[in-house]
Amino acid sequence: MIDPYLESILIFSGINIILALSLYLPISAGLLSLGHGGFMAIGAYMSAACTALYGLPFLPSLVLGAVMAGLVGAIVGFPALRIKGVYLIILTMGFGEITRVFFLNFEPTGAASGLGGIPPDTTLALVWFIVAILLFGFFQLRRSRLGRVMTAIRDDELAAEVIGINLARIKVAVFAAGAALGGLGGGLYAHYALFIDPAQFGFHRSAEIFIMVLLGGMGNYLGATLGAIVFTVLPEVLRGLQDWRMTLFGSLLVILMIVRPWGLIGARR
Amino acid sequence: MLLKLDKITKTFSGYSALTDVSLEVKQGEVHAVIGPNGAGKTTLFNLISGVLAPTAGTIRLSGVDVTGKRPDHVTRMGLARTFQGVRLFQSMTALENVQTGQFIRDKNRLLSTFTSLPGKTGKAERASRDAAMELLTLVGLDKHHKLIAGDLALADQRRLEIARALATKPRLLLLDEPVAGMNPTEVNDAARLIKQLCERGITVLLTEHHMSLVMEISDTITVLNYGKKIAEGDPASIRNNPLVLEAYLGSDVAAHSAHQAAAAPGEQARSELIAQEDR
Amino acid sequence: MLIQQMINGLMLGSTYALIAIGYTLIFGVLNLVHLAHGEVFMIGAFVGLYAAMFLETGVFGSIVIAIIAAAAVGVLVEVLAIRPIRARNGHMLAPMISTIGVGIVLQELATRFFGAEQVGFPSAMVGAPWHFGSLTVTPMQMVILGVSVALMAALHFFVTRTKVGMAMRATAESLIISHTLGIRTDRTILLTFAVASGLGGAAGVLVGFSFNAISPFMGIDMGIKGLAAMLLGGLGNIYGAALGGLIIGVVEVLSVGYLSSSYRDAFAFVIIIGVLLVRPQGIFGARHHVEG
Repeated sequence: MIDPYLESILIFSGINIILALSLYLPISAGLLSLGHGGFMAIGAYMSAACTALYGLPFLPSLVLGAVMAGLVGAIVGFPALRIKGVYLIILTMGFGEITRVFFLNFEPTGAASGLGGIPPDTTLALVWFIVAILLFGFFQLRRSRLGRVMTAIRDDELAAEVIGINLARIKVAVFAAGAALGGLGGGLYAHYALFIDPAQFGFHRSAEIFIMVLLGGMGNYLGATLGAIVFTVLPEVLRGLQDWRMTLFGSLLVILMIVRPWGLIGARR
Repeated sequence: MLLKLDKITKTFSGYSALTDVSLEVKQGEVHAVIGPNGAGKTTLFNLISGVLAPTAGTIRLSGVDVTGKRPDHVTRMGLARTFQGVRLFQSMTALENVQTGQFIRDKNRLLSTFTSLPGKTGKAERASRDAAMELLTLVGLDKHHKLIAGDLALADQRRLEIARALATKPRLLLLDEPVAGMNPTEVNDAARLIKQLCERGITVLLTEHHMSLVMEISDTITVLNYGKKIAEGDPASIRNNPLVLEAYLGSDVAAHSAHQAAAAPGEQARSELIAQEDR
Repeated sequence: MLIQQMINGLMLGSTYALIAIGYTLIFGVLNLVHLAHGEVFMIGAFVGLYAAMFLETGVFGSIVIAIIAAAAVGVLVEVLAIRPIRARNGHMLAPMISTIGVGIVLQELATRFFGAEQVGFPSAMVGAPWHFGSLTVTPMQMVILGVSVALMAALHFFVTRTKVGMAMRATAESLIISHTLGIRTDRTILLTFAVASGLGGAAGVLVGFSFNAISPFMGIDMGIKGLAAMLLGGLGNIYGAALGGLIIGVVEVLSVGYLSSSYRDAFAFVIIIGVLLVRPQGIFGARHHVEG
C-alpha cells in the first residue's frame, strides 16, 4: 500500500487539521481558548475507555468521546460568557490544566500510568473523510448568515447584540462545537497512538494547537488548515531539527507577534 | 402609543443619571430628546435599548413590558438603534454589515447553513443582497457597498449604521446623535433621510445637539436636564420655553433672551440656541 | 498540628508571594500578563543551583547570583520579545501570546542545557530543626521567610521612598502621563522587569533549597500558582498579590494534610477559575480593567 512513514505523516496531518479547525471555530467568533488540550484529552480518554476497557465498537466510541467533550465545552462555555480577553485565556488555561490533573488522578483510566492497549482503529481514509466533511462545513459556514454573525460577534459584541443576535446561545454553541471537534481529534489520536497519558494533553498541547491556527493567519479556515499541515510537515522536512521543534515554534510565536502588526483577530478573510 | 416610559430612574452607585423620567412616543412621529451634555440622553437610550436596566420604572413597547430585557430581545420586538460612537463590524464590507441586520428576520437560519448547495443558496443569498442593496441605496451608500466599513468616512459610517439598523425591520428606530460631526450638506441629507423613514412607517426617536435639525424635523421634543424632564412639546413651544433656555444658556442670558423674546417672539431665542450649537 | 501546617503553608506561600509580586509589577506597568515569568523563576533556580554546586557560594550567595541572572533574562525578554510588539499597533493580546512563545523557548533551552530530569540542590543548610513546643521549624524555612520578608520590605521601601521607585509607580498608573511628565518610561519598564524577574529568581533558589529538587518543568507549575495569587489578590495590587500567595500556600499545604496529596496542584487552578467567575477583580480589586 502506502509507505508507512508517509502514511503516518498523512494521518497526523489530518488529525492536526481537525484539531486546528476545532480551535479555529471559537476563535472566529472572538473566543480565544488556550485549553483545547483538555477537550482533546476528554475525547481521547472517553473513546479509548469505551473501546479498550469496555470493548465497544470504534465509531460509536469516537462519537461518544466527541459528545462528551462537547458537553463539557458547553458547561465551560457558560461562565465564559461574562469573561473577555485576557481573563478568558487564563480561564481556559486553567480548565486545560484541571483536566490534565483530573486524568492524572483518575484511576479507572490508569491515572498517571496512562491508558494502553487501544485498538488501532484510526485509518487514513477515515481521518481524511472527516477532514473533507469539515472543510465542506467550514466552506458553507463562511458563506452563510451564521458565519457572518460569528464574525459580527468577533468584531463588536455590543453591536451584534443590538441587531438582535443572542450572544449567549451562539457563543456557547460555538464553544461547545469547537470542544466536540477537539474531542473528535483526541479520539482519532488515541486510536492511532495506541497509548495515552495525561502528560500528552497538557498546556503544551493547547499551545501547539494554538500555534497551528496562528501560523495560518487566524483569519480563515483554510489558513488554519494550512497552519496544521505546515506544523506537522515542517519538522519532518527539516529532519535535523526534530529536537528543536518546540523551540522553533515558540520562537515562531514571538516572531509572528512582532511581524503581524494588524493583530490576530479581525484579520481580513 | 408605540413607546411608553413610566417614571424611569437610573442611579449609578449614588449618582442619579435619570430621575423619574416619563415619556411617550407616538406611532409615526419624529420625537427628539435634547438637553445639555450630561443630561442623561445616552443613558436613556441605553435603558430603552436594553443595554442597561433601569433602577426603577417601566418601559413598554406597543404595550409589551420590555423593562430590563436584553438588547437582542428588544430588537426582535421591533426596536433598533445606532450608537453615538459608530459601532460597525470593522472587518466586513458595507453590504455585509447591512446583511448581518437581516439575521433575526431570516426564517431558516442554522439548518440552511449546511444543507444549502452553492446553486440553491443562490436564490436566498440573492434576495438577501437585493434587500441589503435597497437599504444602502436609501441611505446613499450603494456605490460603496464593497468598501470595508472601517474605510468609510464618518458621515458614511453613520449612514451605514442606520442601514444596518433598518435591516432588522424595526418599528421604532433610535438615533443617537446621528449628525454629530457632519457638515451642513450632510445634515440636510440626514434630514431628508429621516423624513423618508417616516414615510416608510418607521417611528424615529433621536437625540441631538444640532438645534436647527431638531427644530426642523421633530414633531415632539422632550428636554432633559440633570437627569430630569424639564419640558416637552412641539418645536414652537420648546423654542420659547424659558426653562429650556436656562438649561442651555444659563439663567442670566436666559432672562435677557426671554425679555427680548417677548419683544420679538421666537427669533432671538432661536438664534441664541443656534449660536450655542455652532460653538 | 493545624498551626504547624499553617506555618509550613506560610513558608511555601511566601515564595509564591515573591512570584506573584513579579507578575503584578509587570502587569501594573504594561497591562500584560507575563506568561513566561514562571520560566524566569525556573532559570533563577538553576543558576542558583549551579552557583551553589560549582562556586560553593552557599545559600545567600546563590540567591544573589540567581537574582542577577534572572533579572538579566527578564530584561532580555522585554527587549527582544515584548518591546518590538509594543512599538506596533497590534492586537491587545499580542504581547501576552508572545510571552507564551518565550516561555516555551526558555523551557526547551533549559531542558537542553540542564537535562529534563529533576536535579537536587546540595543540602547547604545543615542544622538541627528548631522546636517550639510541638512546632517544628527548619533553618531553611527561617531563611525562606526571612529572605522573602526582607525582599518584600525592600520593594516596599523602594517604590514608596525612592525617586526611581516612584517613577515605577507613576509609570504603572499611566504610561502616557508619565511619559509626558518626562519620566523615562522605557527605562522604567526595563527596571520593572529587572526587579520582577529578580524576585522570581530569588524565589527559585528558595524553592530549590526547600524542596531539594528542581526541573525545567517547574516553571509552568509555579507560574500558574503565582498567576492565581495575583488574580486572587487583585490584578495590579502588589500587597494583594503577596497576600494571595500566602493564602494559596496555606491552602495547598492544608489540602495535602487533610485531603489527598495528588490534588495539591489543582487548587491553584480552581482558585483561578473561582476568582474569574465570582470576583474577577480579586480581593483588592484593581483599577485596571482588562478587556479583550
